[in-house]
Amino acid sequence: MSDRKPSIPNSREGCPVHDWATDYDVMDPIYNSDPGPIWQDLRERCPIAHSERWGGSWMPTRYEDVREMARAVPTLSSRAPGVIPPSPEMREILIQEVKEFGAELPPISADPPLHKPFKQLILPLFSPKAVDTYRPFTEQLANSLIDQIIQKGPEVDGATDYAQQLPPRVIAHIIGIDEARADEFTEWVRGILEQGQADAEIRLKYRRIIRDFFQEMIIERRNTPRDDAISRLMEAEIEGEKLSDYTIIGVCFLLLVAGIDTTWSSIGSALFHFGTNPEHRKRIYAEPNLFTTAIEELLRFYSPVKMARRVLEPIKFGGIEMQPGDKVIMNFPAANRDPQIFDRAEEVVLDRKQNRHIAFGVGIHRCAGSNLARMEMDIALRVWFNRIKDFEVIQPKNVIWSGGQVRGPRVMPMKILGA
Amino acid sequence: MRICVDPDKCEGHNRCFSLAPELFEVDEFGIASTKNNGEVPKGMEDKADLAIANCPEFAISILED
Repeated sequence: MSDRKPSIPNSREGCPVHDWATDYDVMDPIYNSDPGPIWQDLRERCPIAHSERWGGSWMPTRYEDVREMARAVPTLSSRAPGVIPPSPEMREILIQEVKEFGAELPPISADPPLHKPFKQLILPLFSPKAVDTYRPFTEQLANSLIDQIIQKGPEVDGATDYAQQLPPRVIAHIIGIDEARADEFTEWVRGILEQGQADAEIRLKYRRIIRDFFQEMIIERRNTPRDDAISRLMEAEIEGEKLSDYTIIGVCFLLLVAGIDTTWSSIGSALFHFGTNPEHRKRIYAEPNLFTTAIEELLRFYSPVKMARRVLEPIKFGGIEMQPGDKVIMNFPAANRDPQIFDRAEEVVLDRKQNRHIAFGVGIHRCAGSNLARMEMDIALRVWFNRIKDFEVIQPKNVIWSGGQVRGPRVMPMKILGA
Repeated sequence: MRICVDPDKCEGHNRCFSLAPELFEVDEFGIASTKNNGEVPKGMEDKADLAIANCPEFAISILED
């Protein structure tokens, strides 16, 4: 594993991969449609792989390595958590912004000691008690989406017609965006997260629209505070000081980029699983109580999120010496399929008992919104199974999966077999 | 059966609370503690085991009497 082959930086995107140990491509569509076999191979012969693609990175595939890396704070820094590097244009803007205002998306992009006060600022928004108050809204939303799906059916898209419609509206509701503007807002968010992945100009355009929109919301609330997250952030203090508008906007932005395509990927993957596994579908229809463990298991098996860390000082993992500036991909999804830790790791076991999955990360950067994500998955699936008698994914091989930072179905034609 | 949560290990994932709300509570930052001084009521042992086996930080353990 240490004989790292020299390769040509930044020129290999799009070329076929010959050796995943030295040249993996996290955007490869075949990898993203079924990464399990590649991780399995890497775990055996090169558990910490390396690639020069996408700015160069290390990629662990074993559970214990990923855990150890997550704990190596702040030698493995979170200051640049993006798996795919920003375009040169975006990079310039980000550098300027950080110079002027500090960490761009705290706490996800902050190291200790800045990390903790920011994290404690947002955690109460996502405590089980707070999340319970978002339940009725989410349930109503899921039901109205199913109404539309039934009307549209029998052929629908499980990703775009359902999974992608829920999280942006729930986050909009939490932040305090008027319901009348939720559709518009959902389109902006999908603009950033979907088209924006491949097109920096689109990304920047929607970034600006959303930032300006949040700025307007702050100005409105300065005179008349409301009972919403943005008003609470405006009242909050860190070390005796109120947050700047820039920081409030940054935190709201984080809620968008961290809480939306991640959750829609989990919901979409769960529908993919049940829509391609008739036995499991039947079992859940018969035993809905299984949802509690099934959701954890689907989070394990279809973990959507990878994060990146930046090495600040030379550090060794599994015999590999990493140098300052190196990027490390926190491969939580691969860790969750490690057969050393999970029995039948490559199988979905709906009632799995032993399940210390780290789909939401591990250590101080564990996901702040996991209660919200779980609640959304729970409601999305329960309402779907309650209202739709049976369903299937039409051609599983034709489902299009996103990759890079967040993996999940993006196009997923399904057939509704009775409602 | 008695269980405890190590507050130094708990990172606030809330997994124990979501799987066994009868046995755990969490504060607004997600940090977990046991209910009822860690005493697991009869019939709830499976839930306690499930919570232990799902904690990503290995923060929950059984207290030996």
